[in-house]
Amino acid sequence: MTMTLTPSRRAFLASTLGLVVAVSLPLRARAQSGAALAFQPDGSAPTFAPNAFIRVDPDDTVTVIIKHIEMGQGPMTGLATLVAEEMDADWSQMRAESAPADDEKYKNLAFGLQGTGGSTAMANSYTQMRQAGATARALLVQAAADAWGVDPARITVANGVLTDGTNISTFGPLAARAALLTPPEGAPLKDPAQFTLIGTDRPKLDSLAKSNGTAVFTMDLDLPGMETVVIAHPPMMAGTVASFDDTAALSVPGVTAVRQIPQGVAVYATSTHAALSGRRALVVDWDSTAAETRTSAQMMEDFVTLARTEPGLMIEESGDIDTALTGATQVLETEFRFPYLAHAPMEPLDAVIAVTGGQVETWGGYQFPGFDRQAIAGILGLEMNAVKMNVMLAGGSFGRRAQSSAQIGNEIGEIAKAAGRDGAWKLVWTREDDLTGGHYRPMTVHRLRGGIDADGNVVGWHDVIVNQSIMAGGPMAAMMQDGKDPTSYEGAVNMPYALPHLRVNWVQTQSPVSVLWWRSVGHTHTAYATEVFLDQLLVAAGKDPVQGRLDLLKPDMTRDRAVLERVAQMAGWDGQTVKGDKGYGVALHESFGTYAAQIAEVQDVDGFPRVTRVWCAVDCGVAVNPNVIRAQIEGGIGYGLGAVLFNAITLGDGGVVQETNFDTYRMLRISEMPAVEVEIIASTIDPTGIGEPGTPPVGPAIANAWRALTGNAITTLPFQPPVNA
Amino acid sequence: MTTFTVNGTARTVDLPGDTPLLWVLRDELKLTGTKFGCGIAQCGACTVMLDGQTRRACVTPLDTLEGADVRTIEGLDTPEADAVKAAWTAIDVPQCGWCQSGQVVSAAALLYEIPDPTDADIDAAMAGNVCRCAAYVRIRQAIKDAAQSLKA
Repeated sequence: MTMTLTPSRRAFLASTLGLVVAVSLPLRARAQSGAALAFQPDGSAPTFAPNAFIRVDPDDTVTVIIKHIEMGQGPMTGLATLVAEEMDADWSQMRAESAPADDEKYKNLAFGLQGTGGSTAMANSYTQMRQAGATARALLVQAAADAWGVDPARITVANGVLTDGTNISTFGPLAARAALLTPPEGAPLKDPAQFTLIGTDRPKLDSLAKSNGTAVFTMDLDLPGMETVVIAHPPMMAGTVASFDDTAALSVPGVTAVRQIPQGVAVYATSTHAALSGRRALVVDWDSTAAETRTSAQMMEDFVTLARTEPGLMIEESGDIDTALTGATQVLETEFRFPYLAHAPMEPLDAVIAVTGGQVETWGGYQFPGFDRQAIAGILGLEMNAVKMNVMLAGGSFGRRAQSSAQIGNEIGEIAKAAGRDGAWKLVWTREDDLTGGHYRPMTVHRLRGGIDADGNVVGWHDVIVNQSIMAGGPMAAMMQDGKDPTSYEGAVNMPYALPHLRVNWVQTQSPVSVLWWRSVGHTHTAYATEVFLDQLLVAAGKDPVQGRLDLLKPDMTRDRAVLERVAQMAGWDGQTVKGDKGYGVALHESFGTYAAQIAEVQDVDGFPRVTRVWCAVDCGVAVNPNVIRAQIEGGIGYGLGAVLFNAITLGDGGVVQETNFDTYRMLRISEMPAVEVEIIASTIDPTGIGEPGTPPVGPAIANAWRALTGNAITTLPFQPPVNA
Repeated sequence: MTTFTVNGTARTVDLPGDTPLLWVLRDELKLTGTKFGCGIAQCGACTVMLDGQTRRACVTPLDTLEGADVRTIEGLDTPEADAVKAAWTAIDVPQCGWCQSGQVVSAAALLYEIPDPTDADIDAAMAGNVCRCAAYVRIRQAIKDAAQSLKA
């Protein structure tokens, strides 16, 4: 998700959960050890927990409490690196644990509450985690100085070892003494020139457990007496239960109960197989009164009509677009059609809840745990502090678990409420639930018009964007100023190019289809529409796609320029967009403060693109762990590539979702993955995000290569239309 | 009642015959390294070894397993599997990690059959294992690294 860090947005987020927004870091020694204490399996006091983020145990392990959910993007390793750097710890002694839900202690400093999204984990934690590490280091040094009777200034720390030249100790033996000290204010941070861990490849902390099957995810949990629950959800968006017959379902061995809940009909059973069998035996009549009953083809027609007829809200304007287009030598017009997309994380949505005498504990891939906590407490009529949240490793998200709607919190809460007794339940979604469950990347139309003058200069640019708002209708609607949702058009505004006559309009549509941020949010379509259309203009003007972009960049867009120049070098760009049987295309796009340029190499195999190589130059500020950055770019490219080539969620007759599993919603496979080469621009600027910015440029780079190779401009996505469309 | 061997130990299970092996492993035998991804043999997250061949546990009913030999990620201790796990960790293949048990099982089986696989061999053997994080660049590299380490 994207985040514009305006005071009003922060204040709103804070007020919804009754928080006080504070930017200072709580660093009082023992009074702050409660959070870390929660992680002691036996409930005993930790040896040394100088703040809510660090625990040092007698065996020398340093455990960093990670406030961001680990869903593959690497915060466990990244945030632990920041702490280890300032503590001068040895990497081998570092561990990471997920923080519990606590919107004050573990708030995302960009949001004002606990949450992960908008590629903010590293950006908002960079200084905070370094300060936490520096404070812990200072306390260990003071403890050593006290123990040895020496001046702390004489003590050095390296690789987890303190020494004054005579005495020597690791962290563990000093932990008990350090725990009694008062943390200093403003422990100094390292000069980046002294970094030994930041900027170097570190092995990830979670790779081993994720390679041998021992990593524990939500679906792997097992509690005494726990039942599994699956829900029969409506097959159309915002359908409801009209009536149901549970006779056959209740006769399935292992099925213990069937209950109607607001989301559908819940089947409770002693095993997953029994629950699924019970759901298959259930007969439900659905009421589609409030549902979206148009087909997606009809919706797309409606969107295109709006793009041609509605002026929309004025989002950005400079110069005089009408005069510019009238006076242009050539005017190009392209309409881009983007389908709904599902996120399809490999671990389908799930959660576990245990209710005991008015106390609730829940486990899940809660990406905004405060929203889910509030939902569960509300449904069960409890105070927030009666609900203990455990944030689990998540088997992917790509935005799906970042729900201000608290979709999973609401379902697991209703399951516990409808059971009407103490007990433990595991909610399991199937792939069918996942793909038909809404919360899609919004269907979108861009209608772009551009003008070129006699000298080949781009003299006019008009983009009309039509889609649903992600923020409208939810708890974030209050942050929309003048009815505008920036996540609908981010990336199509404030472009780096000098376009003197420009207009961007947004037409908001309404539908019962729920929409959500999908890896890189608005950039998923704005990067494609703007970079493909710009390429069309440049080629029509007889310009080289790389040089044409460089010439158009505003003078102060130095980071855009650097990544574009670098990627051109990497790919050996020479202005030829076709060489032999291969086509080459470029795209440049900044998202979440990170700059990425990509060049794709594409072949034509029986009329369909085979993408063989992708080069990417990226500038995300200080590269905390280049290994993780390269992995995120590789994965972001694969994620975007699969969607552009294959993916659409389509509503058929009556609004019924047609793609129900991976047989019709086709995933990119290893045989379709290009070779990827990544170079990271060296930088001393504070780090920005890396989870999302690799995704936006890949689609337009491929489309531009494909157009160069075949002459076909792909303006209706995906490249391979779904069978059912 | 169905009796079969799981990771070298005889297990007798009394469940409906249509219960997929996936849920027998996860719910009954508490072996949760084998993951649920699609339920229709499209993603490979539930890949196990069945009588020496890779098999999607989500479409393998219990009543076909009498006397079978099943090996899951938890019990995969062949030289190929050890090399694959080491290679996976060395270059940090996993991102979210959910599909990786299946990937490791498929990769170990590939190296047992073809000690020095080409890119085409890797594509053929691994195309049934979806990684939504698209860690494919590293999966390919780690298989080659594991093959090298087995030669040494």
